[in-house]
Amino acid sequence: MESNFKNMTVVLGTICLVCSLLLGSVYAVTKAPIDQAGVAKVNEAISQVVPAFDNVPSDEIIKIDGSEVYEAKQAGKTVGYAIKVAAAGFGGQIQMMVGFLPDGTIYNTSVISHSETPGLGAKIAGSEGQEAPPRAQIVGKNPRTTKIAVKKDGGDIDAITASTITSRAFLKGVETAYEVFLKIKSDEQEQ
Amino acid sequence: MSRNNKLQIILDGIVRNNPTFVLVLGMCPTLGTTTSAINGMSMGLATMCVLLLSNIVISAVSRFIPDKVRIPCYIVVIASFVTIVQLLLQAFVPSVYEALGIFLPLIVVNCIILGRAEAFANKNGVCDSACDGIGVGIGFTIALTAIGLVREILGAGSVFGFKFIPGDGALAFILAPGAFIVLAYLMVIFRKLTSDKA
Repeated sequence: MESNFKNMTVVLGTICLVCSLLLGSVYAVTKAPIDQAGVAKVNEAISQVVPAFDNVPSDEIIKIDGSEVYEAKQAGKTVGYAIKVAAAGFGGQIQMMVGFLPDGTIYNTSVISHSETPGLGAKIAGSEGQEAPPRAQIVGKNPRTTKIAVKKDGGDIDAITASTITSRAFLKGVETAYEVFLKIKSDEQEQ
Repeated sequence: MSRNNKLQIILDGIVRNNPTFVLVLGMCPTLGTTTSAINGMSMGLATMCVLLLSNIVISAVSRFIPDKVRIPCYIVVIASFVTIVQLLLQAFVPSVYEALGIFLPLIVVNCIILGRAEAFANKNGVCDSACDGIGVGIGFTIALTAIGLVREILGAGSVFGFKFIPGDGALAFILAPGAFIVLAYLMVIFRKLTSDKA
């Protein structure tokens, strides 16, 4: 077809219009499943990072400083806090869940989503491997007594080889979560 | 067009025009996502879907596209299909979506897809272009799965996630240098095998 101004505008415009309509409809169809998958993932993450509980934490979200806090209760007694935080990683945001026991000990952590380099920073989400990633190292530690930072920054945690930025971001997220945790605790004491 | 001809196009895509080992296109996702066989295969299949769909659409509408704006038109079509595949994966197979990470949206700039649009779909009919998409897609998937398989065996001691050697294996094969080494050796083997036939 001839490349004159009218032809080019009409064809490119039509293609863009059709494509955007298509994208819009696919987005509408997939929005619900994507959200559901997200909620399911959050609930799964909560159950991984705190001891056994019998309430539904995702129903009672407490928002503090932009972080979501889920309180896990067993028979009405608080057994742990799952705090969802985001940290700026190497390839984008790392969404993670940090679980604290009521005394501030880290029970476990879980990485909900991340865009770290596959094969390198992506190891942050795992807890196994030749070298224990930061996730495995901080389990059972209390940030009051353990410095949550990579050794390069004077902390007590080994970074993942070749992924210091990711490791740093992860630990920064844990620290943020701990600050939120302290805030909850001091709020509770005031009451 | 006979049936043989279509089969020949598919076979060409897998062997004579193998995107990874012969055309050496799309090296970025090839090196980046093949840390395990399953990741390589997922990436190959995702690319194949986009390639097939974009080849079909582009061959169908190429007659109506003015020459000067054909590349922008192809890119819009390809980008739309990539986004659709991305949304579908995120909704129904979130684990694959996470494993592929940034390389999934980067399919848009994968040279294989634009290359096939420009070199094949542009000049051929819908049916032939679909065959070409399937062939090249299978070729890409096989190549990525093979690289992923070798890297996973050497680097992690497992096959498709099933561990058969305890321990960690040679970590270098999971990292970037291993990708280059495995790719080079597989390319040599592939060329040796295919040149004997010719």
